[in-house]
Amino acid sequence: MKKDLISYTIHLADSALILGHRNSEWCGHGPVLEQDIAITNISLDLIGQARNFYQYAAQLTGNNTTEDTLAYLRDAREFKNCLLTELPNGDWAVTVLRQFFFSAYQYLLYQQLQHSSDTQLAAIAEKSLKEVTYHLRWSSEWVIRLGDGTSESRQRILNAIEDLWMFTGELFKPADYEIEATAKGFGVNAELLKNDWLQNIKAIFEEATLPVPDENAWMQTGGKTGSHTEHLGFILADMQFLQRTYPGCEW
Amino acid sequence: MPIHDLEKTFLDKIEREIKIEPRDWMPDAYRKNLVRQISQHAHSEIVGMLPEGNWITRAPSLKRKAILIAKAQDEAGHGLYLYSATETLGTSREETINDLHSGKAKYSSIFNYPTLCWADIGAIGWLVDGAAIINQVMLCRTSYGPYARAMVRICREESFHQRQGFEILLVLSRGSDEQKAMCQDALNRWWWPSLMMFGPRDSDSTHSDQSMKWKIKRMSNDELRQKFIDMIAEQVKVLGMTLPDPDLKWNAERKHYDFGEIDWAEFWNVVKGNGPCNKQRIEARTKAWDEGAWVREAAVAYAEKRKEKQPQTPKGALEAA
Ligand SMILES: [Fe+2]
Ligand SMILES: [Fe+2]
Ligand SMILES: [Fe+2]
Repeated sequence: MKKDLISYTIHLADSALILGHRNSEWCGHGPVLEQDIAITNISLDLIGQARNFYQYAAQLTGNNTTEDTLAYLRDAREFKNCLLTELPNGDWAVTVLRQFFFSAYQYLLYQQLQHSSDTQLAAIAEKSLKEVTYHLRWSSEWVIRLGDGTSESRQRILNAIEDLWMFTGELFKPADYEIEATAKGFGVNAELLKNDWLQNIKAIFEEATLPVPDENAWMQTGGKTGSHTEHLGFILADMQFLQRTYPGCEW
Repeated sequence: MPIHDLEKTFLDKIEREIKIEPRDWMPDAYRKNLVRQISQHAHSEIVGMLPEGNWITRAPSLKRKAILIAKAQDEAGHGLYLYSATETLGTSREETINDLHSGKAKYSSIFNYPTLCWADIGAIGWLVDGAAIINQVMLCRTSYGPYARAMVRICREESFHQRQGFEILLVLSRGSDEQKAMCQDALNRWWWPSLMMFGPRDSDSTHSDQSMKWKIKRMSNDELRQKFIDMIAEQVKVLGMTLPDPDLKWNAERKHYDFGEIDWAEFWNVVKGNGPCNKQRIEARTKAWDEGAWVREAAVAYAEKRKEKQPQTPKGALEAA
């Protein structure tokens, strides 16, 4: 029970951290100041969520585990984030579309998770839901704007859909610890979120005048169980550099 | 009203400490001087995000990462208030930004130095934000209303940044030998450039005189620099580190710290564009702006389509005006 709860909690944390990390790469490089602030804000929210989940996982794990040992001292094979979150930022279209896909999922996930039998998970989900509601609105607006903006923005968001679509299936394909989590009542059945997610995507794409890709297309998986893209290793190389080079220090 | 009457009213307001507001008449030179100074300040906030942003993905703990991201985001917000303040003077944000990219407008030279280790993030917070605060506290009383009000908001956040920077260094100063060395190394590299932030000596400063008369500036470069040195020379004792100036010592008669000669050749060289990162910083800003062009165009195109589809509400009409 405890092992599944820890894995499930770390999975939630990892996805939030890695996407937060990716978004933070925009800081100082956004297309316009207001949006630089917005994407940085989303990054901060996600890292904040990750910290809450890690702290809880650390408490469950014991043995001097901390949020930082979890984030900084595990290697790529132990990370359980969805592949979607670790993909490179690409252009603004890729970034806002990735955020839209993920926020639409996270929104449904946290809505359920706030009723988890585990009071800690429920509390974190409830608190995070307010943030995710904003992320979803913000990213939806950008998808619509780019889809129905100029011919260039339309082409770019079409390219982004092409690049990202195959990474959306994993969100709804539960790993073993998610199946256990659902069975034991503290986790959310990700499979059951898929329909609502798809409806939301269709609605926004329609407003954006964008075609919805084939939902039965081939989907990449593996992130949830530690089989990642080549990108994650580089994220961790950056992120963990100081902790690895100067082990055991306080910062 | 004839010009000399308008000018008299203007000078009278300055004299009586009444803020000058956007709609008030003001001498062209006053306006130009303000646009130059405020936009330079705005650019400094934005360019300043780059050396710090350099460490966001490598921050050594989740807490430090969150604090650093929040700080960089604050700086973006400061840039935003300040660009708005220049807009009240009739210069659009786009024009102002173009001047940065073309090299016509300057920004604080301190950001042309590289951040080489984690301690640099602490040193920037403590020294660079610290120097900025000394300057900005004075500017809270500057004669132009929108600038003064922007400064009040900004100062509050800058003092947070300074405390957080000091805290980073404090932890390092009590850490491993390597961390202590990192801390001292950062101070050695950032100390002199941070003194240069106050600008040339009063005797060599071109804009200072008129700025003082108009109460845009209310203290001279040298006065502000001395204030900063007096503050830091005390605080560094808490860190148990040293500042890289053998001539730095308390002068009981002056009731100030004496300090060594600043390398003005280096100062002017970096101002001229020859600092270690001048080229890199402007390239990064230009790249972000150019690569964002299609995004900004799409936003405008979409907003216009929207306007055509929906009849304008009175509120929408007001906003457009
Ligand atoms: Fe600032
Ligand atoms: Fe500032
Ligand atoms: Fe600051």
